[in-house]
Amino acid sequence: MVHAVKVSRLHVSYFGNEVVRDVSFSVNQGSMVGIIGPNGAGKSTLIKAMLGLIPKDKGDIRFYGKETNEVRKQIAYVPQRSQIDWTFPITVMDTVLIGTYPSVGLFKFPKKKEKAWALECLKKVGLEEYRDRQIGELSGGQQQRVFLARALAQKPELLLLDEPFVGIDVASEETIIRILKELQVEDKTIVVVHHDLSKANTYFDQLLLLNKELIKFGAVDEVLNREIMSKAYARELQFLEKAEVTA
Amino acid sequence: MEFIQAIGQYEFLQKALFTSVVVGIICGIIGSFIILRGMSLMGDAISHAVLPGVALSYAFGVNFFIGAVATGVLTAIGIGYVSQNSRIKNDTAIGILFTSAFALGIILITMLKSSTDLYHILFGNVLAVRPSDMWVTVGIGIVVIVTVYAFFKELLLTSFDPTIAAAYGLRNNLIHYLLMTLLTMVTVASLQTVGIVLVVAMLITPAATAYLLTDRLWVMIYLAAGFGVISAIIGLYFSFTYNLASGATIVMVATALFLLAFLFSRKHGVVWKSIRARQKRVELSK
Repeated sequence: MVHAVKVSRLHVSYFGNEVVRDVSFSVNQGSMVGIIGPNGAGKSTLIKAMLGLIPKDKGDIRFYGKETNEVRKQIAYVPQRSQIDWTFPITVMDTVLIGTYPSVGLFKFPKKKEKAWALECLKKVGLEEYRDRQIGELSGGQQQRVFLARALAQKPELLLLDEPFVGIDVASEETIIRILKELQVEDKTIVVVHHDLSKANTYFDQLLLLNKELIKFGAVDEVLNREIMSKAYARELQFLEKAEVTA
Repeated sequence: MEFIQAIGQYEFLQKALFTSVVVGIICGIIGSFIILRGMSLMGDAISHAVLPGVALSYAFGVNFFIGAVATGVLTAIGIGYVSQNSRIKNDTAIGILFTSAFALGIILITMLKSSTDLYHILFGNVLAVRPSDMWVTVGIGIVVIVTVYAFFKELLLTSFDPTIAAAYGLRNNLIHYLLMTLLTMVTVASLQTVGIVLVVAMLITPAATAYLLTDRLWVMIYLAAGFGVISAIIGLYFSFTYNLASGATIVMVATALFLLAFLFSRKHGVVWKSIRARQKRVELSK
């Protein structure tokens, strides 16, 4: 069987430090995987390296058995929210329309068909009434939903999301999770870098625990136990125990 | 009125007006991308960096367009190389390289004792536009408009969200150097109208004015081009009527337009903003 994602022996450095060490895993089509781990564990770096946004030192990355560049159109990426210019003269609708660019192609413009589809994607995230607003005028949660709509507009087979729930409201988080689960039913594959361990068990079917090296990859209950987690969160746990003693 | 009569009468004035209008349009178009990418200083740098190229072109008897584009693009590449391969920050790299190029240009012009008048290169002399210069400007105008139209999606995406652009497989640095090439060409086209020193104002000011008035990129580009044209026409009127340097009068008109938008823009103008804030306070204190 061909895996949606297959990463083999991946090494990645960031400013001279090796932050991803010898990581190998494969993700089945139609599964929803959470990447968890402490701060600085290389979670975002792993995703960026998979997309070729930062160079890898070594290793092999395959999507559906192919190189990243051959299947870019099928991969949607929702980066961390802070990296764009929020005062850019662009409306919500035109932001979603960007998702159709890869299929529209060079020297051509999105037409009626693409605009209708982008509007449909905007409706899915419940923001069609905001279509003419400038992107910076929305709340953090709404902005994140717009970027999910842009990812949907791409009609991807695989979605990679980098900490999509950081700093957003509960309603937006619920909307995003509902849409991701719907996509999963359509046999799309979803990989999410995730910070909040409390909800990891309800959101994902598999977890990938990372702390520079891959600590454990498996079903949620295989990963979320004290013994495994302490390997990645050793320092944080020590700190917690000390705090409990002094309290 | 005299100005309009004079346009009908004098061919040199027709050429000046036509060239200035083209310059206003292309400066507005490219300027929109320059300010959205936070590259205003880069615009200033490239415009100064064409000077040695202009000097050498005159010395070797080739069209100044060739030399200007060469040194402009070389400086852009040099700036990119220095800031990416050292701890020197981008604005510092810009400062070092463009002043060096400009200084070299001044020395070359003095040494070659060329017939070109340094004053005219620096400050513009639109009333002395030759037909060949006018056609170079028109040619550049067509190249700029066609290129921006063809790559509009790519320019928008790399300016707004370079991360997603890279995820789509777009080469951000290719688009950057494409824009730098266009910027150099626009600078060359503007040399005679506003001169090296003030080109940056024509790039930035109309685009900034437009930026205060709309939330759509294509509207911003049209507005910026429009403000560029208005500045060129009115500026030329003052230049002709009162015998002032055309670059300076054109820039002053552009600045006046900017001030109007800065004060009275519906959404971003300071006057409306303070009125809205006051209304809000009154409402809340009821």
